[in-house]
Amino acid sequence: MIYLTLFIEFFKIGLFSIGGGMATVPFLMELTTKYTWFSTEELANMIAISESTPGPIGINMATFAGFHTAGIPGALTATFALVSPALVIIIIIAKFMANFSDNKYVKSAFYGIRPMIAALIGFAVWQIVGITFADTSNGTITLHYSAVIIGLIIFILTQIKPLKKIHPIIWIIVGAASGIFFQL
Amino acid sequence: MKKLWELYSTFFRIGGLTFGGGMAMLPMLKREVVIKKKWVTDEEVLDIYAIGQCTPGIIAVNTSTYIGYQQAGIGGAVCGTLGMVSPSVIIICLIASILNQFMGEPTVLHALAGIRVAVCALMLGTVITLARAGIKDKLGLILFLAGFLLATFSPIPTIILVICAAGVGIFVNVRREKNRK
Repeated sequence: MIYLTLFIEFFKIGLFSIGGGMATVPFLMELTTKYTWFSTEELANMIAISESTPGPIGINMATFAGFHTAGIPGALTATFALVSPALVIIIIIAKFMANFSDNKYVKSAFYGIRPMIAALIGFAVWQIVGITFADTSNGTITLHYSAVIIGLIIFILTQIKPLKKIHPIIWIIVGAASGIFFQL
Repeated sequence: MKKLWELYSTFFRIGGLTFGGGMAMLPMLKREVVIKKKWVTDEEVLDIYAIGQCTPGIIAVNTSTYIGYQQAGIGGAVCGTLGMVSPSVIIICLIASILNQFMGEPTVLHALAGIRVAVCALMLGTVITLARAGIKDKLGLILFLAGFLLATFSPIPTIILVICAAGVGIFVNVRREKNRK
């Protein structure tokens, strides 16, 4: 039963991806090795589209992954499963724990979780960078030089102070345009 | 009933009109729920964001759940949440089905390849920001490096790594407090 498996997997993602939409990426990456639902490259496409459409990125990705796996019912299942743990937890916090984020144990747990989440996202990004800028399909590593140069330019530009405020969607449009122009 | 619809439609607007979620959503969220609806104050929004950052799930969605609950109980929480995710579900399902038909088009493939390159650059930036904010001391650095190495070379599931990191954080902080006493 694909819907039950989808529900369980995305419920787990919803329960453990802490600190924003990007935190779902390491878990989705794990799904590419566990099931044949989607490949790493398809996941990279999903992230690309989720970043360039309205709505929270985490929700967009769950909907996309669910749709890719099992059509519209799959999309609804994955999205519903992703938000349901938080729905319950937030209601409990709103009702009983007004100063939840000041709690000593919560703070201590996050002192450990934050660097770990950063590392896990870093690892997932590293894998996506790998398939975006290099081709390893025939046993040797071939770099896509034009992609590397465009990626580096965009990365350096986004790190310059006055340009940091530019909305990500602008960089995505720049990426799409240079992809078409340079035939990436 | 009117209140529930108001919650649903307000968060539907916020979800459908902002790109990026999380922090990118903050200005729009403030305009809608602080200035227009006066459901919460500026400070409360920041408090809710702080809670959203240290609870599981998507920050933007958690915010809509929290405000929905405050306004109209459990029904409000559900309506706020559904409002926030509805535009995503509609838009992504549309795009995904359209994209399936155009996946063979060279222009679409080139554009997607270009978007992937831009997204890699943006994600690298996100990782740097998260690492800077999350790594406060030596222990943070050790956890970061250990997490990266374990994710790369071990089959330990991601969930276990997150739970262990939380455990280490609590253990170390509790022991530090004991030592101080």
